[in-house]
Amino acid sequence: MQSRKLIVLVAIWAVLLLAPYWMAPLGGYTALATRVLVLGLAAMSLNFLLGFTGVLSFGHAAWFGLGAYGAGLTLKHLATSTPLALLAGMLLGGLCGAILGTLIVRRRGVYFAMVTIAFGQVFYYIAFQWSSLTGGDDGLRGFARQPIDLGVFRLDILTDATAFYYFVLSCFALAVAAMGFILRSPFGRTMIAIRENERRSRFLGIPIERHIWIAFTLSCFFMGFAGALYALVNNFADPHGLHYSQSGDFVMMAVMGGMRSFWGPLLGAAVFVVLQDYLSSVTVNWMSFVGLLFILVVLFFPRGLLGFFQRSRA
Amino acid sequence: MNVLEINNVTKRFGNLVAVREVSLNVAKGELCAIIGPNGAGKTTFFNLISGFFPPTSGTIIFDGRDITRLATHQRVARGMARTFQITEIFPELTVFENVRIAAEVAGGYRLRPWINRVEATKVRAHVEGTLKLVALDNRSDRLVGELSHGDQRAAEIAMALALKPHLLLLDEPTAGMGDQETFQISQLIRKLHRDSNYSIVLIEHDMRVVFNLADRVCVLDQGRMLAQGTPKQIAANEAVQAAYLGHAA
Repeated sequence: MQSRKLIVLVAIWAVLLLAPYWMAPLGGYTALATRVLVLGLAAMSLNFLLGFTGVLSFGHAAWFGLGAYGAGLTLKHLATSTPLALLAGMLLGGLCGAILGTLIVRRRGVYFAMVTIAFGQVFYYIAFQWSSLTGGDDGLRGFARQPIDLGVFRLDILTDATAFYYFVLSCFALAVAAMGFILRSPFGRTMIAIRENERRSRFLGIPIERHIWIAFTLSCFFMGFAGALYALVNNFADPHGLHYSQSGDFVMMAVMGGMRSFWGPLLGAAVFVVLQDYLSSVTVNWMSFVGLLFILVVLFFPRGLLGFFQRSRA
Repeated sequence: MNVLEINNVTKRFGNLVAVREVSLNVAKGELCAIIGPNGAGKTTFFNLISGFFPPTSGTIIFDGRDITRLATHQRVARGMARTFQITEIFPELTVFENVRIAAEVAGGYRLRPWINRVEATKVRAHVEGTLKLVALDNRSDRLVGELSHGDQRAAEIAMALALKPHLLLLDEPTAGMGDQETFQISQLIRKLHRDSNYSIVLIEHDMRVVFNLADRVCVLDQGRMLAQGTPKQIAANEAVQAAYLGHAA
């Protein structure tokens, strides 16, 4: 059991590490792999809450978009530093999530989801209307990720797609390691306890609201970080990144990949992004096909694609 | 010294008075059984003690401190643990994992994003000791959801015990059990009471269990405390017989 987990883990990282080398022969390209990583991180951040605490946020794009604007605005106005931009994006998304989270966690179930949509849309309209700062509907332009100075040598992530991929992969690895670490801790186990049986958890002495708030806040920080990376991928941030349809996409990735498994949402994101990339060059109605696949997965593999693979192996 | 002092507690739901001016003292190390016909307000009374909802009026003193308005988790932190009439467990986790969550809360680690080796060893020893006490130590790697009904109840009791409580509230611990399982659970409760000196309040329908175990029996009927006394006194009480015969026969 333990050794099989290790093999799977090694395989996942090998696939990710070698992506720039195997993607091209299969008709992909490195920038596509980068997008998979970033959106995969976002879906995993959402799933940190959805799959491991058992609460569904339908407004997580807000923290993602805030992260993107945080990074973009930092690069444009404050400092031409990629690490600072990432930090600023993560803080913006995370702190806004933490503050509004205090209100959101008072609701449960459908009401929780509705409140998250509502707050998410508030941020969407702010980004949409506040043109002088955000560029409004046109989005925020005029910034670019900056090469990273490592003292001995410069990592040119702006023009070298492969270097940028590995930069994003190391950011992804850091965030995912932090998530995994938390989930294996006593606090992480209280999250799972809340997911499994809220009443039992309450009577084991866990203050449910506070723990959900912490999980929510952590998830928002991860989401903000993913959003900041997304701004660097595109050198662009736009209000759509905060829209509830974007939140829906993240939920779809998580559910499609398998929300009970740690890596499921990454697989979901990969399927989503690759299909989008391929199908959108064939038809404008690409979303119908993704939607169809989503329905099939939910109907026939309720535990998601990864959940299905895990089950059939067991 | 009383572990629990409940003074004139009332709980209303709209026009319904589920619990009406009930008072109850539980001494340290005492095993007090609450009986009564269906709908007598026993579980509501338990929910008041454990903080599921606050009483409409009255006070609850636990270990000399007023806990009437405290939240559930604060009561647990002060040493109160309960089980439910319908078993509340984490069915998709193993027996060990179920009890570990309680043990980590009891150890004060619940907010910790890490746990070091020494602490983890301490938690493990605590979980294993608790599982031994309820005789589940040979099933610690099984999923709780796969266990027999009796073993699930034992697992729930183990979770409550892992919190290191000094008051244990058991809501119908033998509900839905056969004779063999009922016997085992009663033996366990007896052991907890006699050997480990837990203060226990339990709701129970099975009169054999009640009269075997309890130091004192309290009878609730239509939200009121009808009678309190030793099992012998209660068995001879005419009002109690009337309440039971009136409803049940």
